[in-house]
Amino acid sequence: MLNQIGAVIAKDLLVEWRSPVRTTAVLFFALAIVLLVAFSSGGGALKRQAASTLWMGLLLASTRSLDRSFQVELEQGALEGMVLWPVHPVALFYGKAIANTLVLWLVSLAITPFVIAIFDAPVKGNLPMFIGFLAVGCAAIAAPGTTFAAITSRARAASALLPVLLFPLVMPAMVASARGIGVLIEGDIMNQAPTWFGVVVAFAAVHWLFGPLFFRAVVEE
Amino acid sequence: MDEGIAAAGLCRRFGRRWALAGVDLVVPRGSSVMITGRNGSGKTTMLRCFATALPPHMGGVRLLGQDPWLDIDNARRKVVLLSHATRMYEDLTASDNLLVWARLGGMDVDVVAALRDVGLEAARTEPVRSYSAGMRRRVALAIALLKKPDVMLLDEPFAALDPGGRAMMGRVISTLRARGATLAIATHLPQVAGQYCDMAAHLADGKIAWTGAPADAPAEAEEVW
Repeated sequence: MLNQIGAVIAKDLLVEWRSPVRTTAVLFFALAIVLLVAFSSGGGALKRQAASTLWMGLLLASTRSLDRSFQVELEQGALEGMVLWPVHPVALFYGKAIANTLVLWLVSLAITPFVIAIFDAPVKGNLPMFIGFLAVGCAAIAAPGTTFAAITSRARAASALLPVLLFPLVMPAMVASARGIGVLIEGDIMNQAPTWFGVVVAFAAVHWLFGPLFFRAVVEE
Repeated sequence: MDEGIAAAGLCRRFGRRWALAGVDLVVPRGSSVMITGRNGSGKTTMLRCFATALPPHMGGVRLLGQDPWLDIDNARRKVVLLSHATRMYEDLTASDNLLVWARLGGMDVDVVAALRDVGLEAARTEPVRSYSAGMRRRVALAIALLKKPDVMLLDEPFAALDPGGRAMMGRVISTLRARGATLAIATHLPQVAGQYCDMAAHLADGKIAWTGAPADAPAEAEEVW
């Protein structure tokens, strides 16, 4: 099982390395949102928008990444090939979800310094927790996103359907991530960040734990 | 005699249309069957049901004497479907693709030798996106052979191949037969595929309309029912 998870991750990263379409598109998409919000706003409110803009950029951009991760599998029937190989559906889920998380981490690492600089929002609170929010928040998008991307990938309007399903579901994690990062930027004098962090961790844990349960039905249909 | 592939009352529909409407067929273990029939007669659907890519809506399939759906992962380890979909990643090279599938199956592979066997050693470092249909077919075959299948299902294996490619495909099929694998070959080229088969079945409207020796297979132009 672990070998297959590793093989799926390695395969996804190799495809991305050979043709970095997904990472590039997602990065520029997220960056465009950040810049748009930054330059259309202004004044003292700018700093308070940093956290929400960061997560809005990551969430919107994630749909391009998730969508693309299954398009590649469907182009020449590779997804069915993996099911019949057989790659265990649990390995397939974790492999794809981890690879999607890695792509989102990469994008978050690239755009976060821009957000901090453009919004003049240096982190005054706990920096490791700030990084933890980014890591777990991306994972909280990737796990349900992998399931929904697999479900919608065969639909005619896959790229429109994915956000419709994904956004309402991940909203609690996104709100918690944005609030947590927001208070860390402000200095977290009331020590609220750990509570928000707990919400994000719980959300991610539930979806990483239960996501694989239905994945065989998802990929076999 | 042991069953290699068996279908009993196999039915499969897409929407309201029955692609397979009660297929009964037994292919003894180690034998090869040529399946002919017009476009839309149900050849591909039948192979996909044999490969467990599609569950039957009625009736059943047995592979190597077992119901594959009772132990699906075990059954899938023994069967390979070489279909129109090449299962490849377009941005990767042929070598990459082979390595990816080998890793996914936990197999060791000599990439150079595997691609040499299908006549693609020289082009192995080029992205598959730049390959012709015949070259893709060869890579797909090399990938399929990684599994050393006991049951091999080939959907139009000679399509898109040049004469050299057809000869290579013939050699591969002969090797598999010599190894005792059970084969089902769907084809529109009975003169070519028939050389490598012990029996033939003709599909029409989702049913087996005729079975017999490959040399006696009816031409598609003259339907037999």
